[in-house]
Amino acid sequence: MKEFLISVLQNEILVYSLMAVLPLIWVIPFALFAVWWERKISAHMQDRLGPMRTGGWHGWSQTIADILKLIQKEDIIPTAADRKLFILAPYVVFVGAYAAYAAIPFSAAYIGSEINIGLFYVISISSLVVIGLLMAGWASNNKWSLFGAMRSAAQIVSYEIPVALALLAVVMVAGTFDLQEINRAQSGWFWNWYVFQKFPLLFIAMVIYFIASLAETNRTPFDIPEAESELVGGYHTEYGGMRFALLFLSEYANMFAVSAIASTLFFGGWNSPFGDFLSGPWWGLFWFLFKGMAFIFLQMWLRWTLPRLRVDQLMYVGWKVLIPFAFVVVIGVGFWVMAVR
Amino acid sequence: MEEVLTRPSAVSGISRALRTEEMVINMGPQHPSTHGVLRLEVVADGEIVVDVVPHMGYLHRCFEKHCEHMTNYQQVIPYADRMDYVAAMSNEFGFVVAMERLLKITVPERVEYIRVIMAEFSRIVSHLIAIGTYGMDIGAFTPFLYCMRDRERVLDIFEQTCGARLLYNYMWVGGLSHDVPPNFAEKVKDFCTYFRPKIKELNDLLSYNKIFIERTANVGVLPAPVAVNYACSGPVLRGSGVKWDLRKNDPYSMYDRLDFEIPVGKGLRGTVGDCWDRYMVRIHEMEQSVNIIEQAVAKLPAGDVQSAIPKRIRPDAGEIYVRTETPKGELGYYIISDGSATPFRIKVKSPCFVNLSALPAISRGAMIADMVAILGSIDIVLGEVDR
Repeated sequence: MKEFLISVLQNEILVYSLMAVLPLIWVIPFALFAVWWERKISAHMQDRLGPMRTGGWHGWSQTIADILKLIQKEDIIPTAADRKLFILAPYVVFVGAYAAYAAIPFSAAYIGSEINIGLFYVISISSLVVIGLLMAGWASNNKWSLFGAMRSAAQIVSYEIPVALALLAVVMVAGTFDLQEINRAQSGWFWNWYVFQKFPLLFIAMVIYFIASLAETNRTPFDIPEAESELVGGYHTEYGGMRFALLFLSEYANMFAVSAIASTLFFGGWNSPFGDFLSGPWWGLFWFLFKGMAFIFLQMWLRWTLPRLRVDQLMYVGWKVLIPFAFVVVIGVGFWVMAVR
Repeated sequence: MEEVLTRPSAVSGISRALRTEEMVINMGPQHPSTHGVLRLEVVADGEIVVDVVPHMGYLHRCFEKHCEHMTNYQQVIPYADRMDYVAAMSNEFGFVVAMERLLKITVPERVEYIRVIMAEFSRIVSHLIAIGTYGMDIGAFTPFLYCMRDRERVLDIFEQTCGARLLYNYMWVGGLSHDVPPNFAEKVKDFCTYFRPKIKELNDLLSYNKIFIERTANVGVLPAPVAVNYACSGPVLRGSGVKWDLRKNDPYSMYDRLDFEIPVGKGLRGTVGDCWDRYMVRIHEMEQSVNIIEQAVAKLPAGDVQSAIPKRIRPDAGEIYVRTETPKGELGYYIISDGSATPFRIKVKSPCFVNLSALPAISRGAMIADMVAILGSIDIVLGEVDR
């Protein structure tokens, strides 16, 4: 796609800027849609209707109205806050979440940057988010925010280990960090997807990855950093207006990023489930987004069903359940790969 | 407090070489999990609660003083409604029973049965809110709305009976403000058949959820002797395994003619007296309330509900203390009459206030998240704590 654009536009800088902005064209409408969707899903799970009026059909423009409202809000920075950090934090969080999109293969024809360590890059760049969260919590100069920030730092750092181990299992099977290569290796019918390979080891890896990714994105049952009923808002308690919207947007961007990684590594990414049927660059985009949204739905479903774990229980699940299992999977896959060779 | 602050932080296991400070944080009065305007002053060592001091009084409305300045006793009833506003019928019940004993009047059986039905409905409503908000405290949002949906059904029955949905002014001294509507028995039976499966649904969704059990079992254990020493009552006391219910132990109205059981905490998922036990007692009490309502509706005699209402209420000089079992526990009315048309003094013994006083004893050493779970399991309504 890059070559094509260069041949059309004859200007490399313009092409790179365009390539960098393209995921944003997906992320913002996605966040708007996902917030509305989450409201509708939660409402229908809870015997309610959710937004029904704004925009006519089932309140479809409710989130657009919300964003417009947030833009108009007064920009409040608490007097006691550390101004610089307070202002900077939402951007750091968003950069961390958005930078991951550079290496996510949306389609066979489109990937921001096809680097040979794509997966490695995604894992490491999304860790940046935690610095932003810590900054937000610390700079707010609020005890509750600090609690939220500390919790999220501890949580995200410890859950990156099972995430990385679960993904390592896939990398061992694929033999590459390149996300497009991993996608191509899963082409054909859906039984070629990695989730069904080396059964059940990679399936377990998928489950571990999914659970740990819930913790990385602060979703229930691991929404401890935000813990509405304990910490009220956690690190974003003191944020309002557009800064809050940015934090919120990064949260949803992050949700889709982890779903995208899950669908790429375990569910064939942009591959059609039916071999050559319904495949091609545009169908690839459709399948990729469809699979990503399926994971988003799963995350929302869990959120509106399950209670929240306590901090120490969260650490227990991370260190004493997920990490040992992830190690077993890595060792098992390693032996399997060696034996087959 | 001094003693607490100088205590080495042994709970957290951090060595003294590393300087750590305890932090005082205010939970409330604007906090979603304090169930109203309660302020908890929490001394926290990291995530661990070293001490907690509840500060109440933000919702003090001078109930007792107001009562002395009414023009007559009937006017006290709307004020009694506003104490425990999620179970207003139960508050009225206690007051009218006390007044009738003071006046030495007996009311028709029909009135008594309707009062029992209403009080039990009110228990269901109160427990539904307690359970729903408790789920929300733990982080499960959906059960709350399921509880609200079922609560609506009861409120519809209340509305059909007396026109009000929250604060009823329904039970009057000597009678009721309205007779029940003609299709009342049918409506109530419909509700009972509707509601039983819903309790099961609630159990599937919340009570036996692994995460919920992890969060509540063995948390905030209130041993029976401590509960008795703090004079706890209601589900908080019964959750600790003490079989004490005024409907059985000091029967009033028609409760001695009805057949029901007193559920107590058995420690099925953890220790006797933990949060899960207190929660489960409420679930079982709702089942028992449905049983009581069904029996009472079947026995409901005909009659005039206003025949025994006295024209003027001037009790002889004297005093009385009557306690009744409200959803929250033992609600006591101490009324002193000087022979005039207004009470000389009314003192209310609030179960929520008493139960709340046990909070510091059971939340020391717990985590911040547990604090929320413990407070929710005590199920306070600040309107009654502060009065």
